[in-house]
Amino acid sequence: MATSTVDRSERGRGPGGSAQSSDAEVAAPQAARRPHLRGWRRGVGLFGLTLGAIAFLFPFYYMIVGALQRDPNPTLAGAFPSPGNLTLDNLRAINSRVDLVQTLINSGIFTGGVILLTLVLGLLAGYALAQLQFRGRAIVFGGMLLTLVLPFQLLMIPLYLMIVRGYKLADTFLGMILPFGVNATAVFIFRQFFRSIPGELFESARIDGASEFQILMRLAIPISRPAIITAVIVTFIGPWNEFLWPFLITKDASMQPLAVALANYVSTVAASAANPFGAILAGATVLAVPVVVVFLVFQRYFMSSDIGSSLKG
Amino acid sequence: MAAASATAAGDQVPRRPLLQRLFGRHPVGQVFAAPYVLFWFALFAYPLGLALYMSVHEYFFAAPGADVQRPFVGLANYTEVLSDPSVRRAALNVLIFLVINVPLTVVFGLVLATILNTALPLRAFFRAAYYVPYVTASVAMVGVWLWLFSGGGLVNSLLGPLAPDPTWLVNSLWAMPIIALFATWKQLGFYVLLYLAALQNIPDTLYEAAKVDGAGVFKRFTNVTVPGVRSATALVVILATITGANFFTEPYLLTGGGGPNGASVSPVLLMYQEGIQQGNAGYAAAIGVVLAIVVMVLSLINRQLLEEE
Repeated sequence: MATSTVDRSERGRGPGGSAQSSDAEVAAPQAARRPHLRGWRRGVGLFGLTLGAIAFLFPFYYMIVGALQRDPNPTLAGAFPSPGNLTLDNLRAINSRVDLVQTLINSGIFTGGVILLTLVLGLLAGYALAQLQFRGRAIVFGGMLLTLVLPFQLLMIPLYLMIVRGYKLADTFLGMILPFGVNATAVFIFRQFFRSIPGELFESARIDGASEFQILMRLAIPISRPAIITAVIVTFIGPWNEFLWPFLITKDASMQPLAVALANYVSTVAASAANPFGAILAGATVLAVPVVVVFLVFQRYFMSSDIGSSLKG
Repeated sequence: MAAASATAAGDQVPRRPLLQRLFGRHPVGQVFAAPYVLFWFALFAYPLGLALYMSVHEYFFAAPGADVQRPFVGLANYTEVLSDPSVRRAALNVLIFLVINVPLTVVFGLVLATILNTALPLRAFFRAAYYVPYVTASVAMVGVWLWLFSGGGLVNSLLGPLAPDPTWLVNSLWAMPIIALFATWKQLGFYVLLYLAALQNIPDTLYEAAKVDGAGVFKRFTNVTVPGVRSATALVVILATITGANFFTEPYLLTGGGGPNGASVSPVLLMYQEGIQQGNAGYAAAIGVVLAIVVMVLSLINRQLLEEE
């Protein structure tokens, strides 16, 4: 469902990806035995890493510079702008064509809805798969694996037919959110978490006479706090960055998330602006900043869970 | 439980109560899994079946209320897909993407991961820096690349007379390679971490044994590290195929809808153009099914290769 890049946050969990990625958490304590580089090798190593960091970060820096430049300067000198050439006009320019506040709110509702939906479905299914013996458990798990093998984009045409033509959910948040409920990422995070909890804990609650519903509400959900945080953060990025699906089903500009509205600006109106790239980059910065901030603040959740939490059996 | 085993005393194995035999030891698990299963059927299995159904019918999106015939056409959509020049171009583009993406990802991903795996200062900073493009919206990053590679952009101003004419994104030779470079750059951080995790799984004893045998740094890299991360490398190939097939944001925005003249079209962009813009949904569904089969077959081959190891 996600555009070609955002959904890659689930890729480490593909069935093929499990073998070599399952030990990221286990690997952390081994950090102490990392090989040491000495002498010229150390210098070459640091040089290589720095070169890599420049290649990865320069476009971000250049995006912000471009967003703040009054007169776009495409020469190398333009990458180090003079203070006199800085302005917030580009932000005003994009805001006059794309209602930034409204589209940010739309992105927020869409993202929040997807998080809530995947959290509820994922917690219930993940807990059941990890801790409860019930008929059909293997089938549910197998069905979930199937969603990882088939790229979601292949369902694009029938989903469009169902949501837009069938249920008449075009230009609604419900239509944007519902297809993301199938995403198995949260189910895996919770299944993984509950497998690490000894079953005796739940069994003893049963012996004490707690009903299954009470066990869920008073025991399973409270102790799964770390998994809930991980699921929220990892799920946040997908819908926030998502372009293809909301693009397909929203024609009404007042319903579009920022990524869709900005893309429409890029493909249609940008040519008529005085400094089109400045306006595009100002919008791009507004779109990029929330995710980058969330990532930087919570990066330990990405590093271990995103790559590491895959199917351990 | 006790009552049940008492009545079944004659049996070799005490029989569990009927309810447990029918629903398992914790039947409530079915209740808890039900919401996900419901979504799975409604928004995964059903559309999957619908895609198959549409692909064997002449299925047009008509104006609402209009009564249209949607005759069964057998495999006609499929034969049309396989002989369609734009589908072939899209397949070629996936191939171009693989040829550019896989070597770059494997070389840079593995080299950066190997350096990151040593005890160097600022490791956490570098890891985060590499991962930032991967978590950022394609739409935002495409904006920067549009500027970098525009006619009067930074890349051309650095190249001067060497700049291609027509410029990168409207040049049928360069449009697809630029998309491939963009996606490779954006996802490399993910593969660096994937390789980093794979490196942790290579036992130290292998390196020590190689050292004892007199292997230098590069010998150890080619003889221990490279074979040790084979499964991660196999994953690069399969994920690159899926990425190449699923490009949408990039050809739609970066090259203005798969241009010039379809030179950077992707299978999913074709599905959008054929199915949703032109209304030829049956045909678009057939493209999707062919794509799904190719991806599944590749996944299976990949699994087989890994299990033979």
